[in-house]
Amino acid sequence: MSVPNPAPIKPVVSHPLNVIVATDCGSTTTKAILIEKVGDAYRQTYRGEAPTTVEAPFEDVTRGVLNAIAEIEELSGRKILDGDQIITPCRDAKTGVDIYISTSSAGGGLQMMVTGVVQNMTGESAQRAALGAGAIVIDVLASNDGRLPHEKIERIRTMRPDMILMSGGTDGGAVTHVVEMAEYISAAEPRPRFGATYKLPLIYAGNKDAQPQVKKILGEKAALVLTDNIRPVLERENLAPARNKIHDLFLEHVMQQAPGYKKLIEMAGAPIMPTPAAVGVIMETIAKREHLNLIGVDIGGATTDVFSVFEGLFNRTVSANLGMSYSISNVLAEAGLANIMRWVPFSIDEQTLRNRIKNKMVRPTTIPQTLDELQIEHAIAREALRLALIHHKSLATALKGIQQERTISDVFEQQQSGKTLIDMLKLDLIVGSGGILSHAPRRVQSMLMMVDAYEPLGVTRLSVDSIFMMPHLGVLSTIDEKAATDVFVRDCMVYLGTCVAPIGQGKNGERCADYVITFPDGRVDKGQLAFGDLRLIPLAGDQKASIAIQPVKQVNLGAGAGVSITREVQGGVVGLMLDGRGRPLQLPTDHAARVAALTKWYSAVGLYPTAS
Amino acid sequence: MAHSYTPGLTVTEHTTVRRRRMLSLPGTVLVTTGEEVRANQAVARAELPGKVYPLNLANQLGVAPDEIHEYLIKKAGDPVRKDEVLAENKPLIKWLKTEVRSPITGVVESASTVTGQVLLREPPRVLELLGYVDGRIVEVIPQQGVVVETDCSLVQGIFGIGGETGGEIVIAVTSPDEALTPRHLTADMKAKVVVGGSFISSDALARAKEVGVACVVIGGIHDKDLRALLGYDLGVAITGTEQVGFTLILTEGFGSIPMAGKTFALLSAHAGQQASISGATQIRAGVIRPEIIIPKQAGAAGDHGIAAMPQREGIRIGDQVRIIRDPLFGKIGEVASLPADLQKIPTESEVRVMEVRFADGTKAVIPRTNIELIEGA
Repeated sequence: MSVPNPAPIKPVVSHPLNVIVATDCGSTTTKAILIEKVGDAYRQTYRGEAPTTVEAPFEDVTRGVLNAIAEIEELSGRKILDGDQIITPCRDAKTGVDIYISTSSAGGGLQMMVTGVVQNMTGESAQRAALGAGAIVIDVLASNDGRLPHEKIERIRTMRPDMILMSGGTDGGAVTHVVEMAEYISAAEPRPRFGATYKLPLIYAGNKDAQPQVKKILGEKAALVLTDNIRPVLERENLAPARNKIHDLFLEHVMQQAPGYKKLIEMAGAPIMPTPAAVGVIMETIAKREHLNLIGVDIGGATTDVFSVFEGLFNRTVSANLGMSYSISNVLAEAGLANIMRWVPFSIDEQTLRNRIKNKMVRPTTIPQTLDELQIEHAIAREALRLALIHHKSLATALKGIQQERTISDVFEQQQSGKTLIDMLKLDLIVGSGGILSHAPRRVQSMLMMVDAYEPLGVTRLSVDSIFMMPHLGVLSTIDEKAATDVFVRDCMVYLGTCVAPIGQGKNGERCADYVITFPDGRVDKGQLAFGDLRLIPLAGDQKASIAIQPVKQVNLGAGAGVSITREVQGGVVGLMLDGRGRPLQLPTDHAARVAALTKWYSAVGLYPTAS
Repeated sequence: MAHSYTPGLTVTEHTTVRRRRMLSLPGTVLVTTGEEVRANQAVARAELPGKVYPLNLANQLGVAPDEIHEYLIKKAGDPVRKDEVLAENKPLIKWLKTEVRSPITGVVESASTVTGQVLLREPPRVLELLGYVDGRIVEVIPQQGVVVETDCSLVQGIFGIGGETGGEIVIAVTSPDEALTPRHLTADMKAKVVVGGSFISSDALARAKEVGVACVVIGGIHDKDLRALLGYDLGVAITGTEQVGFTLILTEGFGSIPMAGKTFALLSAHAGQQASISGATQIRAGVIRPEIIIPKQAGAAGDHGIAAMPQREGIRIGDQVRIIRDPLFGKIGEVASLPADLQKIPTESEVRVMEVRFADGTKAVIPRTNIELIEGA
């Protein structure tokens, strides 16, 4: 089973941290933020960004870091740089910072290949270990993956991962298959992506009895590291040791090879974390602190990361080719045109839309200038978010292939092992991050994009990362939890509000549920929610209201069909959204009816300027 | 942002480019620093280890893995021919004899007593790395490759498919806004670099393939025609390995878009000359754009002192820019003003903008991220 994210070793910081500069070196942009202690609390005060400089002609990631920090210098009037050095610690009120920290996903992030014996058992465990450590898994090889041995070898040869994680077999079990995989890897002589001369880091986390053979076969050919089995027994996953090794090797090997990272590591006062690992730390911290089940998403230009914490279990997946710029055309390819068009409240011919999407792909830094273009991008985002969650659900599962104890009540359920852990009815909070969600011109746009894509059930709270600073806060939390929490609560997390969505279907206009909302000032709002209604009720971020809902007999709000519920709901910058569109959400198939429905909904919540 | 501008595509009559030519695995460099090389000349060579074929001997012979050495006729390191007996058992009754024959010609790489597998490897394949451009070697990276430098004219496209090729430049249309149709593509264009105008249709693509052109350079294409040409919907712009019969380079984008006048004029001025072409595109950090390199012919006039493109510090009033997003996609104008403050655009986003003046004197306010500098001016 999945385990908490391993945090890097805490660095010793001898001086008080009053001024902190943090960067995230993304694949295209390096984002810097300045955090300062104002009174008793830490606040994020300035922000700067510059193009990332991992690749030619610069080939030195620190150039982009210094440029982004220089922008903060300009804006804040604080002198932070002395040539290409960061002044630490603070010399006076306007000179230097107490620490510099960073995360990185530049150069394509950490790309790993994992191997297992049985694809949906040790193969999946290895995949979860790598993903949880912030990697992009470029392939999962398993003895039963359906590929012929020579095809496996060809595959290992042609991919150039940064690292390989080998798993397979329970401790004390048969060694044959895992040794066979080691032989394939050895025959393929895999080479790393960066640096022609260094050995590829390879972690072996399989059956401990096979360690001597694996060492014999691969010891000379790779930088082999042996660690505890990630699946010591079938019923238990032990991912932490492998994840820790991935982090160590990422810093010791991969980062050392990437252009300029040696310098970056020296500049930083804490270990550099892979960006998704840092975001994972933050998501897990929120879930733990508030005892919540949550889903977090970071939708970027190239990839979409999904994080979840359910009943304390952390999982992360990355959909490597779902994104809003570089990968926008792949969203079209995977979702299909009809699925994107269903969210667009006007007519556009297929050829024009396809050409527009491809033009965004080849010029990924452009932004929508007209409202139509914005609505098309929001439609694509809904599909990218939806597909990434489907991917996440398929991997965030209970362990597969294990014996289950069944009671008499389970006999008729025929539930298979490996059921997804994502239960939308138990979901408390959705956290959105990434350009399209963080920078949407109206916050209600972010909220509805997530509601449409995820179709939350019952009562669910939603929030967004204000300006994309979760990675920075993730790494900060490893050295100063108070500073990270202060900034997270005050400047990072923007609570959008709460969505109340009954489960069930009905004819448009028919009664779905009756509700009574009691506001903090004692005011009471009684109303009826009809099928096909989308309603927005203002409720400020610092306010809580009580909502009592009586659904009609075929409708469920989590307590059972026709059973009423009473809940305390939290407001937000958007408010309380009552979603009577039904679950699963079904849009009219007829074009004119669909456009009319979308126009009605978008107008009801004031989604776009013309609809307000 | 301090440096908020989109670096554009280079279209320049004279520059010096360096191209790093690297083997995918260590090998032998065949040239020396200072040597003049031709585009089609091998500059380095490597032996790609042959394919590996695992064979589970223990299963086939019905013996335990740790016993296989007793049955092996060929040992690790031995050469083996296809159908040659690799291993056999020695039963008391001859009829029960099992022979395991090699499925390939190659060598026995290893035999494992843990898995009972024998790994056979095919002979290595020789990989030759070509110079790609006519030029001179300025750096040799031992065992790995070389850097070739050439004085040339350079046109970068926005997107391409297909790998490296080359050929004589031929202009098939009379103006940059004329579409390339099947009638423009004649049999004598075989193995040539055909320059069209604004657009190529699916029937013209089919004709280009039939004629056997080396490359088509065109303003735009419809996405649906690209999909038909590739046989799939391209998800991410990482290309260079497609095999559609020719290399395709778009200079402007998707749709019907007249080729920029400067690009068309430059290519027209070099009609009849040899060009080196790459369709490889990678739209990621460290972007790779498709390119047309026209090396300067010996004795041609020009400044040979430029070693690299100068680094632009930012955009200035008067710079030529191309708008790269609807509703004015493809229009070219010059920067009229650069307001410092953020401005609200129709989407309600507050962004940095610039004012662009067009040839007819009209002006438009455009987000800075939606323009592209026309570089190499």
